[in-house]
Amino acid sequence: MADLTTNFAGIKSPNPFWLASAPPTDKEYNVRRAFKAGWGGVVWKTLGEAGPPVVNVNGPRYGAIWGADRRLLGLNNIELITDRSLEINLQEIKSVKRDYPDRAVVVSLMVPCEEEPWKKILPLVEDTGADGIELNFGCPHGMAERGMGSAVGQVPEYIEMVTRWCKQYTRMPVIVKLTPNITDIRGPARAALNGGADAVSLINTINSITSVDLDAMSPEPMIDGKGTHGGYCGPAVKPIALNMVAEIARDAQTANLPISGIGGITTWRDAAEFMALGAGSVQVCTAVMTYGFKIVEEMISGLDQWMDEKGYASIDDVVGRAVPNVTDWQNLNLNYIAKARIDQDKCIKCGRCYAACEDTSHQAISMSPDRVFDVKDDECVACNLCFNVCPVENCITLEPLTPGSIDERTGQTVKKEYGNWTTHPNNPSVFKAAE
Amino acid sequence: MSNNQQTPGVVAARLSGAELEQNFSDLHAPLDAHEAAVAADRCYFCYDAPCMTACPTTIDIPLFIRQIQTGTPDAAARTIFDQNILGGMCARVCPTETLCEEVCVRETAEGKPVEIGRLQRFATDTLMSKDGHPYGRAEQTGKTVAVVGAGPAGLSCAHRLAMKGHDVVLFDARAKAGGLNEFGIAAYKSVGGFAKAEVDWLMQIGGIRLQGGQALGDNLTIDDLSGDYDAVFLGIGMGGVNALRTDGEDKGNVLDAVDFIEELRQSNDLSTLKIGRNVVVIGGGMTAVDAAVQSKLLGAENVTMVYRRDRNAMGASVYEQDLATSRGVRIIYNAQPAGVHGNGAVAEVEFEYTTQQGGKLSGTGEKFRLPADQLFKAIGQKVTGAPDALKLNGGKIAVTQNGRTSVSGIWAGGDCASGGDDLTVTAVAEGRDAAEDIHAAIS
Ligand SMILES: Cc1cc2nc3c(=O)[nH]c(=O)nc-3n(C[C@H](O)[C@H](O)[C@H](O)COP(=O)(O)OP(=O)(O)OC[C@H]3O[C@@H](n4cnc5c(N)ncnc54)[C@H](O)[C@@H]3O)c2cc1C
Ligand SMILES: Cc1cc2nc3c(=O)[nH]c(=O)nc-3n(C[C@H](O)[C@H](O)[C@H](O)COP(=O)(O)O)c2cc1C
Ligand code: SF4
Repeated sequence: MADLTTNFAGIKSPNPFWLASAPPTDKEYNVRRAFKAGWGGVVWKTLGEAGPPVVNVNGPRYGAIWGADRRLLGLNNIELITDRSLEINLQEIKSVKRDYPDRAVVVSLMVPCEEEPWKKILPLVEDTGADGIELNFGCPHGMAERGMGSAVGQVPEYIEMVTRWCKQYTRMPVIVKLTPNITDIRGPARAALNGGADAVSLINTINSITSVDLDAMSPEPMIDGKGTHGGYCGPAVKPIALNMVAEIARDAQTANLPISGIGGITTWRDAAEFMALGAGSVQVCTAVMTYGFKIVEEMISGLDQWMDEKGYASIDDVVGRAVPNVTDWQNLNLNYIAKARIDQDKCIKCGRCYAACEDTSHQAISMSPDRVFDVKDDECVACNLCFNVCPVENCITLEPLTPGSIDERTGQTVKKEYGNWTTHPNNPSVFKAAE
Repeated sequence: MSNNQQTPGVVAARLSGAELEQNFSDLHAPLDAHEAAVAADRCYFCYDAPCMTACPTTIDIPLFIRQIQTGTPDAAARTIFDQNILGGMCARVCPTETLCEEVCVRETAEGKPVEIGRLQRFATDTLMSKDGHPYGRAEQTGKTVAVVGAGPAGLSCAHRLAMKGHDVVLFDARAKAGGLNEFGIAAYKSVGGFAKAEVDWLMQIGGIRLQGGQALGDNLTIDDLSGDYDAVFLGIGMGGVNALRTDGEDKGNVLDAVDFIEELRQSNDLSTLKIGRNVVVIGGGMTAVDAAVQSKLLGAENVTMVYRRDRNAMGASVYEQDLATSRGVRIIYNAQPAGVHGNGAVAEVEFEYTTQQGGKLSGTGEKFRLPADQLFKAIGQKVTGAPDALKLNGGKIAVTQNGRTSVSGIWAGGDCASGGDDLTVTAVAEGRDAAEDIHAAIS
């Protein structure tokens, strides 16, 4: 049994699986059931200032993208922060935390971008016994129009300023939740670090319109004939989130800043991938909104088994393990040459690889009259497209050529030594330097 | 000249070795990894899933399928074995069409359920093919429980008790453990000696001592057991067979279907097994179907199954009936035996058509005869050898919810106990639940 206990920026939990701040964590009833199901922690649905709570739309608030078999791949929402009163939320947080001292209870906050409201709310949160706070600088709709959420998260100076206030007025660990709706995620991350943040979490949702109702001529979800952009999340956003997590993990300035990974995590494997790229805990929203709390059992058993198989004893053994292998394109080895191989025993003769390569790529797959598909080594550039469109796992593989053999496509000998673009003769700057 | 399907009488080797091997191979081939991935992907991970409720052992089916989906079949197997330590056998023999798969929402949606049984087999086979046993024992309690009967009920009970730290002495009248898994289940559902391999795998937990060849009743009395052990569990199944009560029943080649099946299951060369050219099977349950189908697979030319009520009343599911007819078995409904004719051995069986009025079955007077070299009786089994001290209910040992019998300190489960539905999986559930109750009672 691997040890899954997690210490994230001083916040402890029995496993790294937390629920992200969202409807699943909007009330005591949900959070208690989540803890019963086995979740290691929660980030409570974002709280706002005292006084009358925000109001949500009363029509549909979600849009969605589906894959085959109506598998939910992407979800978009126009929900705001909690629409329940601050007092009730605080009472509930206190009561849950009292009964679950071993779980992480982090409270997400979003108040106007002024010192006073932050100064006011922090002691109230501290009083609940919560383990930390998360600053919601990410919400891309509704709240941003009011100068909060991603309107703060898109301006590094604001991030730094608010983070500093929080560090000044509370001793709880401060996690800054980042919006992906920017061009370079490293700016906001560095700002959080400079403001004294204990950690960052990302990503919040991505600005999106999921679909258009072609009869009503309105974006969906449609409220009385009109729609607005919402925040996109779910499996579809995972690649974007992974990249942003990696960017922060490998940035010299923020390399040691703990990261809570969020965005499309649906299985133990997704979680392990985030952790390998530097996430010390992971947060899940859409997957539980799709399948319910029980999926955490699979996440725990899967992560545990994988760690045992790999000989990783603790979460720390996993976190950041892939970061050294994330590099810039220019550092990739151009002398590494592979060719696609089709396993004829596994091939079901669908011909998708042929269509992909013949119609759109390098005409490197041949097709015989009896539907045998073969790779033409003299044309194959090992782009991997055939592998990606093949419906049978491991039927097509990419095999590296051994150094010393001939690449039939170029007629050149495969070199053993590493060589990248920075030294390649076709690189204009190399050419210039040689002049 | 060698024998063939038309050779008269009761003879061996009607089919070639290759044909026999083909006929008795896996009914449902195991899924390979790709097929399992595709099949698993169809599961919707339903909330409070109906399949879980329909499974007598309440396996968390959506969870184990999700674990297959996410590439961890070993964890999936653990999820299965946590509830059902004979999950490997159940994956092969459960009539899933009337259990989990019947209520699958995809059966409702498109008439094609998620293949739960085959996925369960994929997961359990994956884990069982590895070395070692996935469960350990709790600290030893110093208590010892006698489990009588090493069928699914007894094995499941013994394993759970061993897990809890109790020692178990497992008695069985036969030398070999497994009960009907070993001696009854159709050969094509449990190929490759799986029943024995599963028992060996289960016993690896330790703390279970098998005492084969010791029947309760001979020189082992229930009083001895109650006196010597901290608790007693009875899982002795149904050893008796119901009689036809028809004239001529005592003629030669009139056999109990379960005996025929037992001989077949224990044979290590099917080409030495004799089978009639014309075989008649009386009965409408799983045993009747299994006897009929396996007769056909051995090479009988004509196999007829005769059942006294209609298709819907039959114990065997529609799926099993279709399996029988697809193998060439003819099923005659609404006819009851009226006599067995022949000079010494059976030559013809006489039947009378029946009608049903207000639930009461009566003969119509119209009769017909079927030629028969062999007649197999499969009209139900009954409990024999239940200790006199125990109250019975409908011929079975009367039990309350967790298998408590009328005598304190004695539990019972499986086919010998009242209330179940005579399936392997039910026996496993009852053995397990009794073990939990015994554990609570003696610790
Ligand atoms: C031909 C046939 C086919 C079947 N096919 C299926 C199927 O496909 N799927 C399915 O789910 N179910 C099937 N069943 C039913 C299933 O096999 C039983 O429900 C199940 O085996 C019951 O388990 P058990 O442990 O209660 O009894 P058994 O499996 O009958 O085991 C009882 C054990 O107790 C031993 N024993 C008996 N008396 C004594 C005694 N006095 N002292 C000591 N030991 C004793 C026996 O030797 C035996 O080992 C089939 C049954 C038959 C007969
Ligand atoms: C309906 C909905 C409401 C959300 N509300 C909040 C919120 O109040 N505060 C916040 O920080 N993030 C909020 N989020 C964003 C999630 O916490 C999370 O960052 C995002 O959904 C990506 O994770 P996922 O792909 O696992 O869903 C919300 C997401 C959804 C779907
Ligand atoms: S999910 Fe619940 S709240 Fe939402 S529309 Fe359906 S019933 Fe209403």
